[in-house]
Amino acid sequence: MKINITLNGEKKVFNANYDDYLIDVLRKNGYLGVKKGCDTGSCGACSVHMDGKVVLSCATLACRADGHEITTIEGVQNEATKIAKYFANEGVEQCGFCSPGTVMSILYLEKCIENPTDEEILHYLNGNLCRCSGYQGQLRAIRMYLEAKQDEKSW
Amino acid sequence: MKKVGKNIQKSDAISLVKGKPVYTDDLAPRESLIVKVLRSPHAYARIKNIDLNIALKVPGVECILTYKDIKRIPFTRAGQCYPELSAYDKFILDEYVRHVGDDVAIIAATTGKIAEKAMKLIKIDYEILDPILDFESAIDNKIIVHKEDDIFTKIPIGFEPKRNIAAKIDLQYGDMEKVLNSCDIVFNGTYKTQAQAQAMMEAQTTYTYLDHQERLTVVTSTQVPFHTRRHLARSLGIKTSKIRVIKPRVGGGFGSKQTSHSEFYPSLVTLLTSKPAKINYSRKDVFNGTTSRHKMQFKVTLGAMKNGEIKAIILDGLSDTGAYGEHAITTFGSAGKKVLTLYNKIEACHFKGKAVYTNNVPGGALRGFGVTQGTFAIESAINELAEKVNMNGVDIRNLNMIKQGETSPLYNMITKGAGKEPMYMDSCMLEECVKTGVSSIDWIRRINKVETNGSKKRGVGVAIAQQGSGLPNIDMASATLKLNDDGFFTLMSGATDIGTGSDLILKQIAAEVLDVKIDNINVYAADTDITPFDSGAYASSTTYTSGNAVIEAANKMKEMIISYGGKFYNTSNENIVFENEIIKNIKTGDSISLAEFSNKITYNLIHTQLIASGSFVPKKAAPPYMAGFADVEVDTETGEVWVADFYGVIDCGTVINPNLAKIQAEGGIVQGIGMALIEDVVYEKRGRLATDSFMQYKIPCRKDIGNIHVEFVDGNDETGPFGAKSIGEVVINTAAPAIIDAIYNACGVRIRELPASAEKILKALNNANN
Ligand code: FES
Ligand code: FES
Repeated sequence: MKINITLNGEKKVFNANYDDYLIDVLRKNGYLGVKKGCDTGSCGACSVHMDGKVVLSCATLACRADGHEITTIEGVQNEATKIAKYFANEGVEQCGFCSPGTVMSILYLEKCIENPTDEEILHYLNGNLCRCSGYQGQLRAIRMYLEAKQDEKSW
Repeated sequence: MKKVGKNIQKSDAISLVKGKPVYTDDLAPRESLIVKVLRSPHAYARIKNIDLNIALKVPGVECILTYKDIKRIPFTRAGQCYPELSAYDKFILDEYVRHVGDDVAIIAATTGKIAEKAMKLIKIDYEILDPILDFESAIDNKIIVHKEDDIFTKIPIGFEPKRNIAAKIDLQYGDMEKVLNSCDIVFNGTYKTQAQAQAMMEAQTTYTYLDHQERLTVVTSTQVPFHTRRHLARSLGIKTSKIRVIKPRVGGGFGSKQTSHSEFYPSLVTLLTSKPAKINYSRKDVFNGTTSRHKMQFKVTLGAMKNGEIKAIILDGLSDTGAYGEHAITTFGSAGKKVLTLYNKIEACHFKGKAVYTNNVPGGALRGFGVTQGTFAIESAINELAEKVNMNGVDIRNLNMIKQGETSPLYNMITKGAGKEPMYMDSCMLEECVKTGVSSIDWIRRINKVETNGSKKRGVGVAIAQQGSGLPNIDMASATLKLNDDGFFTLMSGATDIGTGSDLILKQIAAEVLDVKIDNINVYAADTDITPFDSGAYASSTTYTSGNAVIEAANKMKEMIISYGGKFYNTSNENIVFENEIIKNIKTGDSISLAEFSNKITYNLIHTQLIASGSFVPKKAAPPYMAGFADVEVDTETGEVWVADFYGVIDCGTVINPNLAKIQAEGGIVQGIGMALIEDVVYEKRGRLATDSFMQYKIPCRKDIGNIHVEFVDGNDETGPFGAKSIGEVVINTAAPAIIDAIYNACGVRIRELPASAEKILKALNNANN
């Protein structure tokens, strides 16, 4: 079947089988920033935005994206670069495999909550597993990133 | 120092976070055949018949291979230096399957879905055999996991497959009986650790193709490219020179990629079809078809005096190596060798035991590599002994543990070719680690008082640990530096950065020696055709072993630049100084930048290429040390444990990059907390793994973790690169025993079998109350 998606702001038509998952269609078409860490919607590595909300692309059938807006890490490169700098500063992109999915969740968190507490950060990111960093450093990096953004705004 | 000890960022950090295609699956050619492995549903069975007729008819199926199509060659998948201390007990495919998930057939098709469809249409007639699932009853059981006669070991490791024994260990010194008889107290305890999954985020992935010379090229997410090349050559029966292994960015390893797995299948398909092929393990494949931490059990006997002096230790263990013996003896050996040395004042020591075959998913390497299991047993026993002699965990350790400048006869016993000279642990800062932890956690006050808040009780606990820094006289690393025109360097290394940041660490070391800017060095790692040999990301070796190789290469390069500087200025070398990317003739005051110099010697004047190589093999043990302190809260109504604070104080010698080291430590501690409390591998009755996805196998997520405090003591090991020792493994070892001790100190329940699940704690609490 043909699937129409507004992908990272561009209108695209993809071929997909009715039982294909969104992650596979995305990766097949070159959106390789979407990573696959499990097959059970448990790790968050495949997180993308659908109509502005975080979804797990490994647990979303591609046909469900028909007529919707999908944003992958490729579509938010500038925002990701900003976050990446804070991650790199703390050294919390170890193997980096979980990072793109985590970035997608951070961007969604920002959208939902103006000035999140640590508790809220953890809540929004709880579905993004990371086996390397131990999470603490990522929390430090996210906090600094958000604070810097606040500072920028108040300027 | 200008580059060492600094928080420099990884050069690929930004790309990784931005999701750039850098991992194996991102790079595979789109036209690759997709390879899948049909795995056994039975724990033990003989394949009576395989019918491929219908499966082969599925359009798009390229080939299906069974054991009948493959030359029978026993080999080991363990990523260890040659000859491996592991049994050659595996065949790529065999008539017998020995665990649920063992490989039965290899299917290659144009798409994954077609391969899966064909897989379902393969008809297999199994003769189902009774499996051994309980490792305690494996030895001399009537069920034999490996009945075949063509398996063997290259080195005697006590291999007796007909008795289900994969390896044996027996090490001792002192007159045990006499010493034990002289002791006031003899304490006995049994401790068990579970199998733990590495759970790295990127699954095993490999793609293969034939290059323009018809050589097999294997691009794979591995920790051990050189070992993998050797495994492939042997198991496929082709020459090593016909294989090239390339490692792109690796999405985590923790030991999972220190055993070759996914490499064999696409390699076979490519050799057979001449087409590119790819396999990307599903998470199920990872759980069922690779390895996990060896489940172990230890009986510990401690002989001590009333004043707390420990005089004798017996460590009698059993390790479940599962269906295959990869890393069986090495992990098990480490469980004693790298733990008992902590208590160097003992007069008698006996470390013995066996690694046994069962029909469980095989054990393998996982961060800590057996030391984690051994540390749990010994440290738990020491904590129990402390109570018996009316001491606390810190005091008993201060009395007995190894301190700076001391040695232990065990160091000589466990070091290949060590000779008789005692090995002094001059760089041991363990005492300092404990001291720092004591003040950070406010030990003296906290240990004497349990805080209660409703149903919640809070307590503290302690454990110490060490690890190795490469294997003396075994691990070998080399590095090559090339000066390019325009004055930048290529550092070629066979070491594999699996997320630890080792590429950057090696770069920092090279930049320090050469006194050049970090950005002036590009690291190229690892490609077996191009980069020099390295044992891989393995045995905590990279910073220490590969780092030392880089120092040698960089020193040689520096000498070369000076000597060519002499040629350039037509003067003797003594007149040349190379500093800060400038080559200076101190006699005349002339100088030239490294960029200009390298352009000149490349294009105009001397016409030469400067290349220098260095190699290193550790000569002595240079263990990193750690003291871990846990502060936990136990809910006595639910049995739930919350590690509110964990303090890890580490001696890894000089810290080359504080940020990277800190994250290594935090990550390792969290992995240790997972092992202590929640991670559990569960089998069903007939040997099916019940925890074969992230739904069932739980690793810590963000909300599971309290505060983690990491501190480094100021250490320096003169054999390490700029004084550095390893860091990656030691950091996991203290978590479980310290947490278990804290649980006991909080609520009086002593868990001797990991994980300390809420259920276990609650049961124990109820038992204690009744
Ligand atoms: S890959 Fe989608 S949640 Fe793991
Ligand atoms: S950085 Fe490796 S999983 Fe998060």
